[in-house]
Amino acid sequence: MKTEGDAPRASSRFWRLLISIRLTVFLLLSLAATSIIGTLVPQNASPQDYVRAYGEFLYRLFYVLDVFDMYHSWWFQTLLVLLTANIVACSIDRLSSLWETVFVKTPGFRLSAFRKLKDRESFSVQGSADALEARYAAAAARRFTYTRTEKTGEGFCIFAEKGRWTRLGVYIVHFSVVFLLMGGLIGSIFGFDGFVNIPEGETVQAVRLRSGGGEQPLEFAIRCDDFQVSFYETGAPKEYRSSLVILEEGEEVLQKDIIVNDPLRYRGINIFQSSYGKIPGDLKATLEKGISLSFTSRASGMVYRETALVGKPVALPEGGGTFTVKELLPSYRFMGQQDLGETLVGSLASPDGGTTEVKLPIRFSRFDKMRKDARFVIAVDEVVEERYYTGLQVTSDPGVPLVYAGFVLMILGCIVTFFMSHQRLCIDVVGRGRKTMVTVSGAANKNRAGIQATVRQMSRRLNALDRG
Amino acid sequence: MNSSSILSIVTFVYGLSALLYIICLIFRKDAPGRAATWTAILGVAGNILGVGLRWVESYQLGYGHAPLSNLYESLVFFAWAIVTIYLFVERRYKNRVIGAFTMPLAFLAMAYASLSPNISDRIQPLIPALKSNWLIAHVITCFLGYAGFAIAFGISLMYVVRERPGGQGPVSSRFPEPATLDDLTHKMVQFGFLFLSIGIITGAVWANSAWGRYWGWDPKETWSLITWFVYATLLHARLMRGWRGRKIAYISILGFMAVLFTYFGVNLLPGLHSYGAQ
Repeated sequence: MKTEGDAPRASSRFWRLLISIRLTVFLLLSLAATSIIGTLVPQNASPQDYVRAYGEFLYRLFYVLDVFDMYHSWWFQTLLVLLTANIVACSIDRLSSLWETVFVKTPGFRLSAFRKLKDRESFSVQGSADALEARYAAAAARRFTYTRTEKTGEGFCIFAEKGRWTRLGVYIVHFSVVFLLMGGLIGSIFGFDGFVNIPEGETVQAVRLRSGGGEQPLEFAIRCDDFQVSFYETGAPKEYRSSLVILEEGEEVLQKDIIVNDPLRYRGINIFQSSYGKIPGDLKATLEKGISLSFTSRASGMVYRETALVGKPVALPEGGGTFTVKELLPSYRFMGQQDLGETLVGSLASPDGGTTEVKLPIRFSRFDKMRKDARFVIAVDEVVEERYYTGLQVTSDPGVPLVYAGFVLMILGCIVTFFMSHQRLCIDVVGRGRKTMVTVSGAANKNRAGIQATVRQMSRRLNALDRG
Repeated sequence: MNSSSILSIVTFVYGLSALLYIICLIFRKDAPGRAATWTAILGVAGNILGVGLRWVESYQLGYGHAPLSNLYESLVFFAWAIVTIYLFVERRYKNRVIGAFTMPLAFLAMAYASLSPNISDRIQPLIPALKSNWLIAHVITCFLGYAGFAIAFGISLMYVVRERPGGQGPVSSRFPEPATLDDLTHKMVQFGFLFLSIGIITGAVWANSAWGRYWGWDPKETWSLITWFVYATLLHARLMRGWRGRKIAYISILGFMAVLFTYFGVNLLPGLHSYGAQ
């Protein structure tokens, strides 16, 4: 008996907690208070930064508590889930009884209750009550969505109401919050948030994910044809513009210039202008097309320019033999010390048969001047131009329609809840001999000033109707 | 005469109006009260003129954008919204006492904009992130919300002063009835809450069209949500638990502190990225 009795009691106690406004207030204030933490502690920074800022101990403590990514931590998400459960439970609890009130066919109406109301206006007219009935009913019907006339002992009464459905306003707001949380959940499960840098002229087929650092392949390719940045005279940036092309299996299917605030959307994927940068030119590509070299004769001072390809000997002027480009080194340590960066290696064959290896660091064009007994000083002529790359934010979020629906519902729900009310009005007409007493009284579920104004207006209107 | 000098003058007009409201409250005279109202109306007209002229000037400079793009411009709009909403309340409730508590807020906002050496009144071109039609909707709705909360704050202060333990002073006995103050706080909070919600929503839609995410837990976003939570608590406590009076006034004051922090304090927080800077 005991176990059978305890189970429903425990569950009903749990239900009572779940539908309590105490829990709502606790959750709202907890969310507000804990949200502050994430604005004081920078989120998702590098561990080194955190250790430097907070020291080893606090770092470990914060790490265990997920403070560094707190809005995605289990405890913050738990608060959000509890808030959702609280909203849903409250709505179920109150809506089930409210539903019958709102969708009732013939609204209940007790004359005695209206006769006790304080918000009332009265006036008297000459003549019998019956003569007024049709006109008064029409006047009430013009201002209210539902009216009903009932006979009373001494005359009649008209019951009128409007805005019964506005009692549901607060539930519209509550469901909008559920929509937002569901949309967020769907987005975090089925969507992704990635970024990619595309140098001008290049194409990508995948993006890097912001969290976790994995790769997200795309069903199409994105090519960046051009990137441009412009500035105001003040030096502030004016516009970032990327010319993008979408390719499907090598076919160009869409071309669009994107700027900040004007993204490209294609097959549920959104591509946003996010950042940009410069990359040094691609030397290897230049080398394949032919790299321009200059040969300065020490004897005559003449400068000769030649375009060289790898492995193809170039004949030097003034009978100076040949020069052959051999390879491009990504780095070169001069005398085993300083790294001079990308360096072209070539061999110089003099007419007498001897060969000398020549190193030409790209960034140090006068490096070859140090070579002893040389007839020519050789330099890589062409300083390869830097290129821009565009930084794109690439996202997919199937939860957005639900979130936007939540936004619309929230605004509408707030307007209904705050500024509309269920107004009920009674026009009580009582015949007193040759005179007739008319009393207008009203009640509303909120905004007492509003129903007072309605009562006054209706009373004035009926009174004028009678005189006119 | 450029827009900045007009708005500097408006600062002093609002200051004068605030002073007249306070004189009206303390000396219980009608004449300074009427003067205060007319001065406030004059200030609003000057405020609109200044903002309109600034809009024209931005086109003359070749930038061409609504004057709602930086701290200076938002403060000017904030002050305008406070005074305008207050004048509606004054007309509706036929009571000038509230002006002594709300007009100084508008004056402070304008004075901060005009006089602080840290706030530039230069018209600046829009950076790419701000070039969007959502800018106007977002800023206007946010600051209408903030203005509603500012007036609620002023009224809540009146409530706390009037109902303080130790009884009423000679001045606070002239405040409106506690029930009226409580009702007005609630109305202003509802107004502010609606517009704060629309402000957050327009911001989210804008963020989604500019950066591809409608919510990013940026400090500014998070603090606006904290503010929203505080006022949501107030509305629930009042409607469902029947809280009235002092408790509601305290939450309203707390809420306005959150508003101020969302507006100004967030700039002091350590952030990994600065807002709007791209």
